[in-house]
Amino acid sequence: MMHVFANFWLGKLNLQALPPNAIQWFGALLMISVPIGLAVFLTVTKRWKWLYKEWLTTQDPKKIGVMYIIVAVAMLLRGAADVALIKTQQSISVGHSMGILSSSHFQQIVTAHGTIMIFFVAMGLMFGLFNLIVPLQIGARDVAFPFLNATSFWLFFSGMVLVNLSLILGDFAATGWLAYPPLSELRYSPTVGVDYWIWSLEIAGVGSLLSGINFLVTILKMRVKGMNLMKMPMFCWSVLGSTLLIAFAFPILTVCLTLLALDRDIGTHFFTAGGGGNMMMYVNLIWAWGHPEVYILVLPAFGVYSEVVATFSRKRLFGYTSMVWAIMAIVLLSFIVWLHHFFTMGAGSDVNAFFGIMTMIIAIPTGVKIFNWLFTMYRGKIRLESPMLWFIGFVVLFTIGGMAGVMMAVPPIDFQLHNSLFLIAHFHMMIVGGVLFADFAAITYWFPKIFGFRLNERLGRIAFWCWLIGFLLSFIPLYILGFMGATRRLDHYAAGLGWQQLFIVSAIGAAVIGIGVGVQILQLVYSYFSRRNNLDLSGDPWDGRSLEWSTPSPVPFYNFAKTPHVTERDAFWVAKRHNLKDTRPYEDIEIPKNTPLAMIIAAGALAFGFAVVWHIWWLAVIGLLTSVVSLIVRSMDEHTERIIKAEEIERLDKLYSGGLSR
Amino acid sequence: MGKPKKWWFWIIVLVAAAVISIGYLSTVNIPILQPKGIIADKEFRLLVAVVLIMCIVVVPVFIMLGYIVWKYRDSNHSPKQYTPDVSGNRKLEGLWWLIPSIIIAVLSVITWNASYALNPYKPIPSRNRTLPVEVIALDWKWLFIYPTKGIASVNDLRIPVNTPVHFYLTSDTVMNSFWIPQLSGQIYDMPGMQTQLFVMADQPGDYKGWSANISGIGFASMMFNVHASSSGQFNLWVNKTKYISPKLNLAAYNRLAKPSMYVKPQYYSSPEPNLFYRTITKYMFPAGKGMNR
Repeated sequence: MMHVFANFWLGKLNLQALPPNAIQWFGALLMISVPIGLAVFLTVTKRWKWLYKEWLTTQDPKKIGVMYIIVAVAMLLRGAADVALIKTQQSISVGHSMGILSSSHFQQIVTAHGTIMIFFVAMGLMFGLFNLIVPLQIGARDVAFPFLNATSFWLFFSGMVLVNLSLILGDFAATGWLAYPPLSELRYSPTVGVDYWIWSLEIAGVGSLLSGINFLVTILKMRVKGMNLMKMPMFCWSVLGSTLLIAFAFPILTVCLTLLALDRDIGTHFFTAGGGGNMMMYVNLIWAWGHPEVYILVLPAFGVYSEVVATFSRKRLFGYTSMVWAIMAIVLLSFIVWLHHFFTMGAGSDVNAFFGIMTMIIAIPTGVKIFNWLFTMYRGKIRLESPMLWFIGFVVLFTIGGMAGVMMAVPPIDFQLHNSLFLIAHFHMMIVGGVLFADFAAITYWFPKIFGFRLNERLGRIAFWCWLIGFLLSFIPLYILGFMGATRRLDHYAAGLGWQQLFIVSAIGAAVIGIGVGVQILQLVYSYFSRRNNLDLSGDPWDGRSLEWSTPSPVPFYNFAKTPHVTERDAFWVAKRHNLKDTRPYEDIEIPKNTPLAMIIAAGALAFGFAVVWHIWWLAVIGLLTSVVSLIVRSMDEHTERIIKAEEIERLDKLYSGGLSR
Repeated sequence: MGKPKKWWFWIIVLVAAAVISIGYLSTVNIPILQPKGIIADKEFRLLVAVVLIMCIVVVPVFIMLGYIVWKYRDSNHSPKQYTPDVSGNRKLEGLWWLIPSIIIAVLSVITWNASYALNPYKPIPSRNRTLPVEVIALDWKWLFIYPTKGIASVNDLRIPVNTPVHFYLTSDTVMNSFWIPQLSGQIYDMPGMQTQLFVMADQPGDYKGWSANISGIGFASMMFNVHASSSGQFNLWVNKTKYISPKLNLAAYNRLAKPSMYVKPQYYSSPEPNLFYRTITKYMFPAGKGMNR
């Protein structure tokens, strides 16, 4: 009787879900202490109300962007802690020594590292940038669907919470970050780990899809008068490409995860070994999403570099039209290369060759972009400030990584390098050197626009050098280890293979990167406390080119007091040169009202996800109902906006442009 | 400026690092760069060729990057050379659409041909008769069945040199990837399916193989030895194994298939007939019912 009772209320949840050993307890306690610490801080400083009014219920894309970035940075630290454990294990678990982690725990950490870094760090930083910059660059006051935007963020947040809950209750997938069946099927992974993986990505993935559609529409429909597509800043073009990919790729992920969940929860046989299931279908589906995903991340990074290079070379971007065509070529090609992730699955020569060649063709538009950046700098006036350093570091790493990529695009070479540490080194060079460096450049570049003061340049440079040197030190050994035949996700290897020394060098490199991360945190803290020396009073600290620099820093909630006037590319650069003044009168502005419903919808989704993971069906029903009812309530609400009068805008505009920013 | 000294320091550090690295690397075994089989050797040559072709673009990019950043840096600014309004040049842009396109075209031809030439399913021509070996990936070890020799072994693959070996692969657990870096590239092994791979060792010796695809907690323990010897020695081993080893009947196989890690080499005689194909077909029936049919 007790048993049935517990089963109903708690599903599969019981005391055994708590962490099994000291290391995992430590992780769990760390994870619990963060929200508790935050709660105590907010209570002591009496900031709950402020948090609720200013942040949790906001629909201002700038604030949502900041929240995305805060979550992403927190997850970067989590992912970095995972790296510390992975590298320690791989440095000492040789021969008779089994290291500090059990195999299962190690594999969970590896899976969590990949999942978190891609979905919650790289994606989070990118969506943060979309929110912060896209409306400003196209001269809009908001995104196309503000409420949807807030909902997307909170769904992303819910997915993040679910991943981290697995540290405290139950375990995480021990399958690698894409959870190939049959290993991820119930028969081989009977614990809740894979379910956590599925549902956190399902929830965050829906958020990403909605956000992608939102920005796609925003760019297509919300551009200020006069800015036709070919006059957009390159960052917006890259976001357009990225969001097109999101709109087409993320539904595949959602479906793929749903089918896997059905296999696990109700006994279907889509991907199982046996019962007519076929794991190859899963591998195809997951990569049909997974390869575009790489470009979803990399395209906006290219956009950031285009902005940074032009601004810091004080020159117009070279080959704008080529750049646009290159982006669109990449968008198209990225959907017809997915099979290169499994050349080793036994496809015929012609199939492998086709996908190999398609993959190599992507190198052409990518190469064009690199040459265009180089020629943007050519005959420019290059300021080597830290955003530019990140760009140079990117070119070096991305070119090496790209070379490795073309090597692996040749199927017979891939047979030798697939799933080896060579592959790991390759895609880290693309994702870290390409995407993360762009995010750091972007954060440094746009920080004054959002917060009104610059980041400390000296600490920024130190962080850059730590990252670059640490990165090379960490990943060059992995290329060599790949040539030695070392495969990915190894928690132990035999002595006498000659691998240990290289693993240790790699771990030292990771530690140097860790110092870089520490310096970046120090940079944030130090810059905040010394902000009086770095205030950006002009609104245009870098001598910028696009519209966001025409607003005061930090940007007022209405973005533009008067909708900007655009006649050509680099609108603000042109306006500055010709000293154009806007003499039109101020107008009333519509601003969306704050609402907690977005957060409530996502909370319902979180409850639903958690409930399905543990088979607590009553909670799943409540969670789903919460989301659906909130959605209906919101749809019935017709008073979702408030008007700000022209006089008020005029008063605020005079106040902000007078350099009185905080 | 005190800069030159700083530069020397970094150059010395770099050179020292390079010397130490090369010194170290020359003492260790790097299987993919030191192939011992005909397929791995061709794959290695292909790799070198592709890298060299790519250098045609990559080296100029690095040189241009260094030169442009150095020449046009702010502190070296000369107004005469500053052209802030240049926004493109059709001819130049055309040039760097064209050059990479040509290189990729060349690489495409190479890729197409290599995909056929090095198709893992393609038999290796040889005067010696091809040796078939059936490979079953288990939790967490490898079973090698020699159907023409009437023996089987676990985690110890013995092959004669200069003789093509035709692997038929499957898995009686999750997906694995069969990889002997010094002999050839890898291929997936999947339950309910068969993949194939041809290899041929050029030189006698001991090589390592492992699974390249995560397969559960014992994944790291799936390392096996590959011993390539003269065909005389190989036949000697076959005969010895046939006479002294226990039989691999269905019961023995089911015991073996239970999860275990770091399994020492084991040898069997008279493997159950059609064990390999029965392992494949059992996944075509509802779970657990296949093997009894």
